[in-house]
Amino acid sequence: MPNVLVSARSLGKKYALGQTTFRTLSLRDRITDAFRSAGRSKRPANEFWALREVSFDLHDSEVIGIIGRNGAGKSTLLKIISQITEPTEGEAHLFGRVSSLLEVGVGFHPELSGRENVFLNGAILGMSRAEIRRKFDEIVAFSEVADFIDTPVKRYSSGMYVRLAFAVAAHLEPDVLVVDEVLAVGDIAFQRKCLGKMEDIRKAGRAVLVVSHNMSLVSQLCERVLWLDRGHIVRGGPTREVVAAYMAEGVGGSAEWVPNAPACEAFEFHMVSIESPSPDRVTIAADSGFAIQFDFTVKKPMPAGRLAMLVMAADGTTIFASASTDHATALREPWTMGRQRVQCIVPGHLLVPGQYYVTVSEPSDEYEVIHERVLAFTITEENSLMARDGRRGIVEPLLEWRWEQAS
Amino acid sequence: MHKILRARSGFAPLNLRELWQYRDLIYFFTWRDILVRYKQTVIGVLWAVLRPFLTMVIFTFVFDRLAKVPSGNIPYPVFALGGLLPWQLFANAFSESAGSVVGNAQLVSKVYFPRLIMPVSAIVSSIADFLVAFVMLAILLIVYRVPVSSNIFWLPLFILLCLITALGTGTWFAALYVRYRDIRHMLPFILQMGLYISPVGFPTTMVPERWRFLYSLNPLVGVIDGFRWSLFGGANPIYVPGLVLSIAFSLVILAGGAYYFRNTERQFADII
Repeated sequence: MPNVLVSARSLGKKYALGQTTFRTLSLRDRITDAFRSAGRSKRPANEFWALREVSFDLHDSEVIGIIGRNGAGKSTLLKIISQITEPTEGEAHLFGRVSSLLEVGVGFHPELSGRENVFLNGAILGMSRAEIRRKFDEIVAFSEVADFIDTPVKRYSSGMYVRLAFAVAAHLEPDVLVVDEVLAVGDIAFQRKCLGKMEDIRKAGRAVLVVSHNMSLVSQLCERVLWLDRGHIVRGGPTREVVAAYMAEGVGGSAEWVPNAPACEAFEFHMVSIESPSPDRVTIAADSGFAIQFDFTVKKPMPAGRLAMLVMAADGTTIFASASTDHATALREPWTMGRQRVQCIVPGHLLVPGQYYVTVSEPSDEYEVIHERVLAFTITEENSLMARDGRRGIVEPLLEWRWEQAS
Repeated sequence: MHKILRARSGFAPLNLRELWQYRDLIYFFTWRDILVRYKQTVIGVLWAVLRPFLTMVIFTFVFDRLAKVPSGNIPYPVFALGGLLPWQLFANAFSESAGSVVGNAQLVSKVYFPRLIMPVSAIVSSIADFLVAFVMLAILLIVYRVPVSSNIFWLPLFILLCLITALGTGTWFAALYVRYRDIRHMLPFILQMGLYISPVGFPTTMVPERWRFLYSLNPLVGVIDGFRWSLFGGANPIYVPGLVLSIAFSLVILAGGAYYFRNTERQFADII
């Protein structure tokens, strides 16, 4: 009879809209200059349930995955279980020590050396001094940055930084490990290592609760999955069933997005959509181009209006960003009033097969308002260069090879 | 181990036991703050000496040479330093702990630990500067040939009172700061005001007799008077009813601060 380690009963969390935590900052960090001027979206203050009526049990030797679109309440759930924030209603029972890893390298100080940060970070994650000292060599070996352990981490490459940070976290020995999408970083080999570590945790009779957008990782790692949408559990059960249902429903993507309320008087979005030759518009062959279409009304003359969009891979990596002012076209001129339609054309043979999200910016008076991951689409392996010969890469452009006969 | 997470209402107990379980984290936060404070500074820890020293020079010029403030039987610079050390211990400890939660915002929203650890370790880390500056006082005592009073054994008590006052006010402000960023603009002003309404540059005896008791509502009056009394002895008498009031009031502030902090910390991650 397996023991229950975490028992959530009707958990709910209410936020007042307009609270700053509402927008995750991580996106802003990642975003290119194209979006830098953006402020946080100002919305009327009203209540919003980020999570409602969520119940589940996590047993020992079990890895549960939590999936769902952005804003579904996944992170809120992890924050409640991690004791970072309190539920508004319901309760969670913890039977054992919970360690959470919502961000890699939390508490790392750039001025301190790798060695110093291992101790600091370990203590923040709940290890005692003696415990860190005992595991120190193992941590350093796992991180593969032994040569730089006395260098300040501000001089580390991002890969080294992540490896060291994860190495510390991997040596925690909690009864329950709560992980939020941290595996999205790091190279493939290191990710493998981390997966192995999680497997070890499970085999040792402990439990993991992990959030991920990466369905293949979820399928590999978890026996059970909870699918959250708008704060509710849509479906929970064996991984294969739930992931299949989720893919069938959502992954294809969302071809259209209609915003709630305009951010300013001068500009109003009617719809942002994906236009492509495929029947559902969002399952796109690798060699097929598509367009992000902005349908809007300019209600007052806008001297410096600008649209921008950003394509993100399922793991959160930004693949590219594009803005309407990149080219010297009429879009750089002051915008005239009236209903407008603007398309951003994305060529075929660019993105590798996988799932993608589109983030768009809405022009407003002084700043741009960012709408995260409002569209989603899938590039299939159909006519993909990568699928053809198994090559590697983040993009798969079809480049021109020129042959000039040497005379 | 069984822990229940639910919406709390009403009184949140201090939970000193949990604080004790996390004592290593207090150590590491303190250690980090001290390490980072002087990294990339040219003269490093000398700042801990230079700040009180320069203030002492200015005070000597203004209060001694210009205003002719009496300093009893000891040279004014030594007298001033006897007030500046506890004052700067308080000022550093208070402002560090007041800023500690907002300064660790990233941690607060990403990982759980008893939140009180932040103001507490900020207090502990400011003791380091104090100890360094204390060496300077010792040197000055030798240079001016001022005999150290036998009351010196009482000094730790007044250091403790100073830290309690700083922790009390610090936890209040740390919790308020999370919600009201106005605090950032208020802090320098409060510290500047505090320097003048506390007997740092002048002896408490200059305060009219009938106001003495009320004046002791400022806990730093008890701290600074006690400091001078411990160091220089009888010529700087302690006004006992005032000291009792100072101690009582600073304990009230601490109890209130800890209570307020514990009862607002549940929202820290949501609003920080």
